[in-house]
Amino acid sequence: MREGTFRATTGAVAWRALHNFATNPALLVPSLIFPLFFFIAFAGGLSAVEDVPGFDFPSGYTAFQFVFVMLQSAAMGGVFTGLSVAADFESGFARRLLLAASDRRAVLLGYGLAALVRWLLTVSMITVIALLAGMHVDGSGVDLFGLLGLALLVNLAGFGWASGVALRARSIQAGPIMQMPTFLILFLAPVYVPLDLLTGWIDTVAALNPMTAILEAGRALISGDPSGVALAFAVVLALVALFALWSLRGLRSAERAAG
Amino acid sequence: MSAPSLGVQVGQIARRSVLRTLRQPAQIVPALAFPLFLLALNTPGLERAVSLPGFPTDSYLTFALAVTFVQGALVAIINSGTDLANDIETGFLNRLALTPLRGVALIGGLLAGTVVLGVIQAIAFLLVGLAAGASFATGLPGALAIALLSLLTVIGFGTLGIVAALRTGSGEAVQGLFPVAFVLLFMSSGSLPRDLIERDWFATVATYNPVSYLIEGVRSLLIDGWDARALALGFGVAVGLVALGLALSSAALRTRLVRT
Repeated sequence: MREGTFRATTGAVAWRALHNFATNPALLVPSLIFPLFFFIAFAGGLSAVEDVPGFDFPSGYTAFQFVFVMLQSAAMGGVFTGLSVAADFESGFARRLLLAASDRRAVLLGYGLAALVRWLLTVSMITVIALLAGMHVDGSGVDLFGLLGLALLVNLAGFGWASGVALRARSIQAGPIMQMPTFLILFLAPVYVPLDLLTGWIDTVAALNPMTAILEAGRALISGDPSGVALAFAVVLALVALFALWSLRGLRSAERAAG
Repeated sequence: MSAPSLGVQVGQIARRSVLRTLRQPAQIVPALAFPLFLLALNTPGLERAVSLPGFPTDSYLTFALAVTFVQGALVAIINSGTDLANDIETGFLNRLALTPLRGVALIGGLLAGTVVLGVIQAIAFLLVGLAAGASFATGLPGALAIALLSLLTVIGFGTLGIVAALRTGSGEAVQGLFPVAFVLLFMSSGSLPRDLIERDWFATVATYNPVSYLIEGVRSLLIDGWDARALALGFGVAVGLVALGLALSSAALRTRLVRT
């Protein structure tokens, strides 16, 4: 019975979040358009960068940028769902949800599930467009499954981070706190060229940035040369665990505030 | 009792507009920080692009600095539009409409805050560029020309923000223009020179995108020297934007006041 209640709560929260997402153009359009726009601007406008001496990514610049946009949309998809959590607290709806749910972790899981479905919609669209644009995929089915798994975990980590902030701040005004660090960690990775072509301070920062290992492994997977994948999964699983804990502690904080 | 002169009318609205801008860190900080933030992130990431055959300079910072000015100017759409939309939403414009205030005074005054912010941006971007090691091929006169082009661009985009506010009367709708501004910036020659863009369709979009010419006007002063063609196109687009924005905002103001 309790398990059934947990599942029902998760499903109901996820369904509501997805319904809001699908019926509100202000939420739906940016989450579809922005990753697509990044993909077009980077893969289209910067394709000459693959002619830079030392740039030797075998699958071409479109695939090189596709992986970045895939991971970027995964992380930001999680963050935007965190914004929905904050908005629900601001309107008072989330407080009523917490009072009604027998196990409040189900509420959090519901939002997390919505983040995942939202991102799957986005990534499906980008993938179709990238393939239509002539993207080369040299990785095998297993490699691509690994890439998808990596991105799903990034989505979970992004949601964990943002929901942890949302549950503590309980205000949409915390939006920049959710978005800015995520944006920074994404853009301080080797976005335009591989790590070994970066120079100066960005080289040092990118080498220390956990996102770099994930991004480089993703690119290795799409090009069919899966090196560094174990390290990338270890890093992203550690991020998921860390931000799950951060989020659950945030839930405790919200429960205390709800009384 | 006769109506105050046009100068007094503009002065009153301008004073309010400037004070309102200066009192809102939420307008000033993103307008300064966001363009510099993207400059700081993109420059080291794309530094290797200077080794592409035909790249016009050996400093990507100098190349990318031009984008910072135009990106800062694009923020004017949101700032000027949001302020006016707020006046419409709160009913302030309706009350103004009952006074003898002339439309030209309202639009000119409203732009004052945007212009002040544009001046702050131009000075800040020039100083940051200089401190970071960007080169200025045209020296101090070129820096002044950059500031002038940047200000014209700010006024041009500012008037478009006013048009959006007058047409929609909604701050939310004006904020919705931000992605459009972002698209205009990224689908331009901002990241690479147009002749180095390999994808034909992207090069075509960048060629038809007026923002490319604004960027190339500033960039020519930083890299090439006094390039008459690039400057004519850059200033031509900026002046055209101002003229278009003023014409559209005058028409939109008439419609808005009739509705009032």
